[in-house]
Amino acid sequence: MSVIESVKAAIEKVVPFSETVIPADPAGEGEEQQPDQVVHSAGAKEVDFAKTGCSLDVLCTAEQILDVAHALDGEQLFIESIAGVDWPKEDQIEVVYTFSHFQDSDVRVMVRLRVPRSEPKVPTISKVFSGADWHERETYDFYGVEFTDHPNLIRILLPEDADFYPLRKDYMP
Amino acid sequence: MTLPVHLRHDETFVLNLGPQHPATHGVLRVKLTMDGEYIVKAEPVLGYIHRMHEKLAEAGTYPQFMPNTARMDYLHALAFNHGYALAVEKAAGIEVPERAEYIRVITVELNRIASHLLWWAAFLLDLGGFTPLLYAFDDREQIIDLLERVTGSRLTYCYMRFGGVYNDIDDEFITGTRDFITRLRSRMPRMYHDLVTHNIILIKRIKDIGFISEEQCRRYGATGPVARGSGINYDVRKNEPYSVYQEFDFDVPVYSECDSMARYMVRMDEIEQSLRIIEQALDKLPDGPVMAKKVPKILKPGLGYHYSAVETARGSLGHMLVCNGDKNPYKLKLRSPTFSNLSLYGEVAEGMLLADALAFMGSLDLVIPEIDR
Amino acid sequence: MDTSIWRPILYLIGIMVFAGLNAAYLGWCERKGAGRIQRRTGPMEAGYEGLLQPLADGIKLLTKQLLVPSGADGILFRVAPVLAMIPAITSLVVIPFSENIQARAMELSVLLLFAIASIAMMAVLLGGWASGNKYSVISAARAVSQNLAYEIPMLLTVICIVMISGSMNLRDIAMDQQGGFWHWNIFRLDNFHFLYMWVAFIIFFICSIAETNRAPFDMAEAESELVAGFMTEYSSMGFGLFMMGEYLNIVVGACLTTTLFLGGWDCPFGMFPGVWWFIIKIYILIFTFIWIRWTYPRTQIYKLLNLSWKILIPFSLVNVLLTAFFIKVF
Repeated sequence: MSVIESVKAAIEKVVPFSETVIPADPAGEGEEQQPDQVVHSAGAKEVDFAKTGCSLDVLCTAEQILDVAHALDGEQLFIESIAGVDWPKEDQIEVVYTFSHFQDSDVRVMVRLRVPRSEPKVPTISKVFSGADWHERETYDFYGVEFTDHPNLIRILLPEDADFYPLRKDYMP
Repeated sequence: MTLPVHLRHDETFVLNLGPQHPATHGVLRVKLTMDGEYIVKAEPVLGYIHRMHEKLAEAGTYPQFMPNTARMDYLHALAFNHGYALAVEKAAGIEVPERAEYIRVITVELNRIASHLLWWAAFLLDLGGFTPLLYAFDDREQIIDLLERVTGSRLTYCYMRFGGVYNDIDDEFITGTRDFITRLRSRMPRMYHDLVTHNIILIKRIKDIGFISEEQCRRYGATGPVARGSGINYDVRKNEPYSVYQEFDFDVPVYSECDSMARYMVRMDEIEQSLRIIEQALDKLPDGPVMAKKVPKILKPGLGYHYSAVETARGSLGHMLVCNGDKNPYKLKLRSPTFSNLSLYGEVAEGMLLADALAFMGSLDLVIPEIDR
Repeated sequence: MDTSIWRPILYLIGIMVFAGLNAAYLGWCERKGAGRIQRRTGPMEAGYEGLLQPLADGIKLLTKQLLVPSGADGILFRVAPVLAMIPAITSLVVIPFSENIQARAMELSVLLLFAIASIAMMAVLLGGWASGNKYSVISAARAVSQNLAYEIPMLLTVICIVMISGSMNLRDIAMDQQGGFWHWNIFRLDNFHFLYMWVAFIIFFICSIAETNRAPFDMAEAESELVAGFMTEYSSMGFGLFMMGEYLNIVVGACLTTTLFLGGWDCPFGMFPGVWWFIIKIYILIFTFIWIRWTYPRTQIYKLLNLSWKILIPFSLVNVLLTAFFIKVF
């Protein structure tokens, strides 16, 4: 079984695969906004690596992220980055994790989850992937996403007395 | 590494290494809790040169961000140019002429050699050897002169455009590059390996120092020469071939000793591999335009998430682009390789002696503006 | 008028001039040497080939303020740089430059020299400790452990020489080696001392590099680890005195090596002995110091100590035994 197949199987145990549930493209400024179409539930699907640079796109809930991380850890993937994306219209903050694989080429799993802007709380995965520690601190720094149980959730790049989250769209310097 | 002596945790003191310290190559600060010369806890403190490039990317249009890319990793700026160009081209579906890709590869690889040479020089300086610095700068100067000729700048390039490169290379650049390859190959064995690599003091200093296991690399997401020095055969140029790298025959040097010497050897071997790539690219260089036709003035890439990775001198650089159909990027996440590579410093440096910890830090090849972005 | 009054004064002036010129111009030599090794020219601007550079440096250092950090011990902080200079100049008193050029020929001059040399380490210790800087304190601790470790093999090799020459007077030791290089302690033919004395010479030379805190053993300075070690907080002439003290210590080390091993003022071919041979020999040794510094990276403090305790001390002990054996048997 190739790496991508076994990664798929591992993720499937946590997040079911489907073709339709995920809004593949983020609804942006130019899009007609229809809040009822935004799917909050989880789902995963394969995407075209050549086009997006990822082979699996997983949308999960904040509660599932630890299970997903454990599943990916079991498949020997390494953590590439954690990023935040602010969606003020939906009143949500998205956290995007990317994982990749050392041996097998073209395996990149993008795990996305959305949390409400007013109370962005995500369980930390730094117990699973130690490298996530700093990436989570960075996301906290820029977006104010609170990673629960994080051992040392303090500002990393901004000064320690900063009281703003600069990458939120409503932040004006 | 285990501590050879029993530590009295009540007898430790805190040593502030940096932000102004000769060994941190910039404004990195490491809070060291020391017991004598043994490090009990090492905690890097970042952000002294943070410029919020990700916000700047959102504030401007896609082409406006191109000059910023070189301000992050000033040693391998062209790879950052390349990575960003590839990410946007992938999102906007722009076809790049083949000649332009070849030129990109040639310049990026030249820049990679320059970066490794500078790392080598600075690493030796960390270890107290001053002379290699001047030798490496001599060679690096040749590369910078060549790149200045074609890109117009010496350090912070803005050479690539969406759909190609800004300037075609000429015959003088090609002959100059070939001369440089011969020159570096003739100097490598004597001035680099005989003088430094085989030096017993250097070997004793960096062998078995700074052990990073394969598992640690994976947990922390360390890439580039750090991972390859730990026996992981991971090079984005091979694993996810981008640009025209699949056209060339080159090896990925992998050493499984996991110590600083292994990382040193990986970089030294990579210089030779980059020379091979440049040589092949110059031989195969196709004719044609260096800029795609009909690249729109205002780019509006399609909706969605686009991830693009390139291999810089320090590891896998990722650009995650979230586009919403606007003329500005909605979100640009920069996954800088040294950020991940440095994150394992605290774990590995524990129990080391101060001098070893600094040698180990040097072997990670840190470029602080790239960590802080 | 009685010449006995003028003799010390003349020697005092002579030593001061010699020390001052060396302290100033070895810096220039070092920079020029480093420049040549690194394929550049070194200082060129001030005067012909940058010969006025030491003067410019001196004026710059003199016109700067000596800052005393608020956490520092004021008195010791100011005393330490002076202590760095004093032993180096004092040591020159007993060095025999030639048969007749020696300020004071003491019977126990070897002993005196080593006693004084230990004070130089005190300067580093005091300077580092009094600065109240953590890097400086680490540096001071390193300097002490390093000097302790390296004085033992150094003294053990000197014991070999004293046994061979049967004297602790530097002049007698040098006189004992007259008449061509086969009489020098390093290549000494009689009693087959050449079989092992070159080992003693190498040990002594390594130890003198370590004792003078020169690269690759510049653990106390270690600019990429400890910023500048014990000199971190020093500015102005405080720094200048440490630098001059370092160069003078090199001169003393070279003088001592020459006297003990290389026949002092003796010509290698047994003709025309004189002070110029002494000068030539010490500058060749000093050049070797510079050459080594700009070639090798720095070693590690515990490896440095291991080298001393595990390699140099056993070897020098064996040397002492061999010397006794060869003297007794042949």
